[in-house]
Amino acid sequence: MTTAPAHTLEIRNLHVTVETPEGTKEILKGVDLTIRSGETHAIMGPNGSGKSTLAYSIAGHPKYTITQGEVFLDGEDVLEMSIDERAKAGLFLAMQYPVEVPGVSVANFLRTAKTALDGEAPKLRTWVKDVKTSMENLRMDPAFGERGVNEGFSGGEKKRHEILQMELLQPKIAILDETDSGLDVDALRIVSEGVNRAKENTGLGVMLITHYTRILNYIKPDYVHVFVNGRVAEEGGPELAERLEAEGYDRYLASA
Amino acid sequence: MTVTDHSQATADKAHSHGIIPDASRADRPTSFDVDAFPVPSGREENWRFSAVRDLKPLFADEPVDGHLEWTVPDLPAGVTLAQVPADDARARTVRAPGDRASALAVKHSGGAMALTVAANTVVDEPITIDLRGTGADVRGHLLVEIGRSAEATVVIRRTGTATYSEYVSVDLADNAGLNLVLLQQWEDDAVHAGEVVARLGRDSRLRGSVVTLGGKVVRLNTSAAFAGEGASVDLFGLYFADAGQHQEHQLFVDHAVPKCTSRVTYKGALAGATARTVWIGDVLIRAAAEGTDTYELNRNLVLTDGARADSVPNLEIETGEIEGAGHASATGRFDEEQMFYLRSRGISEEQARKLVVRGFFADLIHEIGVPAVEESLLREIELELEHVEEELEHEAAETAGE
Ligand SMILES: Nc1ncnc2c1ncn2[C@@H]1O[C@H](COP(=O)(O)OP(=O)(O)OP(=O)(O)O)[C@@H](O)[C@H]1O
Ligand SMILES: [Mg+2]
Repeated sequence: MTTAPAHTLEIRNLHVTVETPEGTKEILKGVDLTIRSGETHAIMGPNGSGKSTLAYSIAGHPKYTITQGEVFLDGEDVLEMSIDERAKAGLFLAMQYPVEVPGVSVANFLRTAKTALDGEAPKLRTWVKDVKTSMENLRMDPAFGERGVNEGFSGGEKKRHEILQMELLQPKIAILDETDSGLDVDALRIVSEGVNRAKENTGLGVMLITHYTRILNYIKPDYVHVFVNGRVAEEGGPELAERLEAEGYDRYLASA
Repeated sequence: MTVTDHSQATADKAHSHGIIPDASRADRPTSFDVDAFPVPSGREENWRFSAVRDLKPLFADEPVDGHLEWTVPDLPAGVTLAQVPADDARARTVRAPGDRASALAVKHSGGAMALTVAANTVVDEPITIDLRGTGADVRGHLLVEIGRSAEATVVIRRTGTATYSEYVSVDLADNAGLNLVLLQQWEDDAVHAGEVVARLGRDSRLRGSVVTLGGKVVRLNTSAAFAGEGASVDLFGLYFADAGQHQEHQLFVDHAVPKCTSRVTYKGALAGATARTVWIGDVLIRAAAEGTDTYELNRNLVLTDGARADSVPNLEIETGEIEGAGHASATGRFDEEQMFYLRSRGISEEQARKLVVRGFFADLIHEIGVPAVEESLLREIELELEHVEEELEHEAAETAGE
């Protein structure tokens, strides 16, 4: 293991609302969570509990309004940053439903993002090699480079494309929102290997949002957080995931 | 921002039934007689979205003596460009004009220029003709005639400025192929009303691309009528309207015979208060046109406040025995999710916008099929995007000052 510099994402008492046709609705009701370099935090919780809301809010999606609380990355106020500044600060969000951007090729997109993050264009020869290697690792056909971003990609291809970006853009902290959903076992293994490589190589800290313990066989969590009704209801080690798999969330919902 | 989408259809959820206008498109008059067309008031079906006030000089039944400067390349063997006297020009025109501006263009043009490709001539290199306006009042009549089994690519580029009306007759003989590219790269004060009418012979193939970037007012009315079975037409359009520009594109595809195919794909971007675009796409499948396959699409990207895009697809179907008929129309602002996705990867808002707009037009530009034109268009769009950024800065400054 390399001794990568330590980074910390600190979420304190985060409250978030969205505008709905019926009025303002509070989704996050005081989330506290701290993720450090090299750590993997699994977030598990029922549908609609606010996991994606948490992920999007940290990344700065304009749909969500922060009404209370704080988010810091290495002491810097993330909530003050624009969307792209958050990425430049070292945050990455692998989306549950990656967006299609027609007419913008994957190769152009990756190069533009890398250039924006580094403040200068990557050295052409090493960049081409890095992209090629990462695509090979993720079993992505080189032809994807010329296709429009996520345009006509299958569900699994979109997820691999998210991890490709994560490998190439080298964030400090990555939030993976159900990256494992809809993947068959082979794809799950390939994607998990990508995450583990990034942890190994750059000391990536990971917030792993998932419904299934299966991915935790490949990516070992240090902590498991049970997410219910807009907040963390319980925290524990990997054994908590086993219990959730067996018992479900009824225990938490009843008391919520 | 005002977005008027009469189609109520979106690109994602294409409707395959049309909004039938009050009267059939087939009933519109055509005539060489100017008096068959009263001066448009702006209330008529085909002028209701038009910049009638700016177009007014083009409705006056008076002779003009201006002309555009023509720059014509050395023409390959089998291709000629010749002045044709008025009587002859009318006889060779595929049909009579469909509105007052084009009837007047024919009447006062003093004959036509005819670009003729002889039968069985295949021209590989694009034939690019430059028409430059020098500020005059101009009426033009142009004949493009592609002989039996001949094939050519013709690019007509309009630059400079003029108050210009024109009638373009496109005649494809049996099995002919034409890629016709009409570029409106006028300066900011040009006023241009044009009618382009194509007749397609049996098994002929027309690709028509229209690119409208410049001009104060541009109104292009393109019609394609199938005269023989097995023919196909692909009509592409790309437009970009800035503040003060009014760009209107009307289309009419007339399926009168069986087994023909038509595709209409128009995309536009609008930036700046008072930027205005209009797209009206009419497709008529007559009772005899069994086996027709048609699809038309219009998409508009509204980049700033205050711009307005109208999009009106009309599909009239008189026979059930068709291969397919559909249309889609969508007008919207930047997709917030696309912007978020790009920016969440560190790409700045400005760059994300540019990527999205370039992507929006990318496939269309590629369809033009003339590399030199495609490259110059990519550059032109970059320039347009620089304007957009200025507009948005302006918008942001105004919002901040409120
Ligand atoms: N724009 C919105 N309008 C109304 N409700 C919304 C909106 N956005 C989110 N919500 C609601 O907020 C709640 C949390 O949604 P979120 O997507 O964060 O859940 P999740 O935990 O990620 O669920 P899943 O496991 O299904 O992905 C849900 O009840 C959802 O319907
Ligand atoms: Mg979710």
